[in-house]
Amino acid sequence: MSGSRTEAAIGPWMLRWRRFRRNRAGMAALLVLVALVLFVLAAFPMQIWGGMNADATDLFARFDPPDAAHWLGRDEAGRDVLLRLMVGGQISLLVGLLGTAVGGAFGVLIGICAGYFGGKIDALLMRFTDGMIALPLLPLVIVMGAIDLTKIGFSRDFAHSGAVGFWRIVVVIAIVDWTAIARLVRAATMALKERDFVRSARASGAGAGYTMASHILPNIATPVIVAFTLTVGRVILLESTLSFLGFGIVPPTPSWGNMLSNAQDMVINAPALAVYPGLLILITVIAVNFLGDGLQSAFDPRAER
Amino acid sequence: MTRYIFRRVGQSALVMLVMSVVIYALIGLMPGDPLDIMIASNPGATPEVVAKLRQLYGLDQPLMVRYWHWLTSALSGDLGFSRVHSAPVLEILRPALLQSCKLMLGSFALSVVLAFSLGIIAARRPGGIVDGLIGLIAFAGISVPVFWLALMMILIFAVNLHWLPASGISNVGDGGLRDQLVHLIMPVVTLGFATTGGFIRYVRASMIEVLRMDHVRTARAKGAGEGRVVLIHAFRNALIPVVTIMALSFGTLFNGALLTETMFAQPGMGKMIYDSILGNDFNLALTGLLFATGVTLLSNLAADLAYGWLDPRITLQ
Repeated sequence: MSGSRTEAAIGPWMLRWRRFRRNRAGMAALLVLVALVLFVLAAFPMQIWGGMNADATDLFARFDPPDAAHWLGRDEAGRDVLLRLMVGGQISLLVGLLGTAVGGAFGVLIGICAGYFGGKIDALLMRFTDGMIALPLLPLVIVMGAIDLTKIGFSRDFAHSGAVGFWRIVVVIAIVDWTAIARLVRAATMALKERDFVRSARASGAGAGYTMASHILPNIATPVIVAFTLTVGRVILLESTLSFLGFGIVPPTPSWGNMLSNAQDMVINAPALAVYPGLLILITVIAVNFLGDGLQSAFDPRAER
Repeated sequence: MTRYIFRRVGQSALVMLVMSVVIYALIGLMPGDPLDIMIASNPGATPEVVAKLRQLYGLDQPLMVRYWHWLTSALSGDLGFSRVHSAPVLEILRPALLQSCKLMLGSFALSVVLAFSLGIIAARRPGGIVDGLIGLIAFAGISVPVFWLALMMILIFAVNLHWLPASGISNVGDGGLRDQLVHLIMPVVTLGFATTGGFIRYVRASMIEVLRMDHVRTARAKGAGEGRVVLIHAFRNALIPVVTIMALSFGTLFNGALLTETMFAQPGMGKMIYDSILGNDFNLALTGLLFATGVTLLSNLAADLAYGWLDPRITLQ
């Protein structure tokens, strides 16, 4: 009998976690991502106790091969490659998470309003979304990344500071990558809106904001989590592409994308410099995608096995 | 049906118009202005001369006035002059478009063939080893940074093995068909692999769904061979959602083309747009961006129409 009592005590999230644990690819992806996060965080002890600096150049040690102190050797300015990969990874992962959070929140807002209110609001918001989807994303993002902030009234110092460079790319990515989430949330909201528990809430006088926040949002959480996960992968790719092309994170701040941009010119002399950052991007994004896939099958038991 | 097409074309035209305003304004916000190079290359330019020039080029006018000028002349067929290339925009656009068509058609064909074969094979035994392997290939295609894949291709096949040329569209002095094709191999494979990842997953999912349907069971029960069941009974029905996704992927293909062309130094639309943004070539960037938007809108429309044609149960309204 004790077995049935444990069954009853399991909440929906515990159940989903149990289902996820059985998904081998998803679990492997989760472990890889945990390892990656530990890897990029290892930069802190190296900087604090190891006394190393990701920006410290040493022109006498350019392209030095790996040794005991510098495990992956040094780059074209004599900087430690391993430490730069870690610090660059922090930036790339952070942009991935923040870009998704900002863009995703916007997408959820658009989608839930369109689905809940319907009619003219829905038509307007969805035409806006469709128009956005039809745009040539990459060139547009490049143009936005290249905008001269002093032309819209910001001071020179502000426009060229490192923090602005970081937030600019987060905002630019958020502006373009919200459409998939908006459409998903809209469809889910439309289906939920007509369910009895939502109608009863509205009949007992719940306002639109309250209904959306406490009845709709919790019930669309699982597909939204999956969509957010997949978005993180896309955002990391987009950030690396932009930084590679010179419109994203600007050196000397490293990111996996702009490290490749330097390495491209030296691909013949120092091919390893071009391999590491790209490999890390590939591993990260593959793991994120497998994680999203695993979450999806854990959250939606009806889906095909 | 005709009404539907008209309405959709009207909507697309509206999106184009809105986009032209947005892109016009955005490009105006990029560093520098159309006179920079002229002023920089002429040390004798006094502030008076600069002011005169600004007036001559209409740069002292408000944004909307300049936009209106551009729009009216663009609609009468005058897309302006490219600063960097010193030639009318249309003359530069045409060869670039042709080059991009070769790359994009080649990559698209490659990715469709790969996706159909791998997707169908994976769907035969979902959850099996082959399925897992194909899934890994698909995810690798989705997850690989296109520019890095290009870089690795150059590193392996051009730098190390010397099998293929690293860049350009033909050797100096040769330029025959064979030479051009050899130059296209790496770009087409790079872009094709990056595009096929998403396709494989859609073909697989769609096939799995259709293979479970009653008509497939009926076909098997009637004794139809496995090949016939999969390719005729299932595949045709699985095509419906897949075709839409493929037509809608034009945007992704174009993004990839921008990167592959830039990496392999191929003078196509993508590289042209990239260079024009870098070089602040206002007219060329504007036209290129709007052209890409227009083609994407058209391909979306074509996808919707194909949907109705493939599946008569769907009525468009």
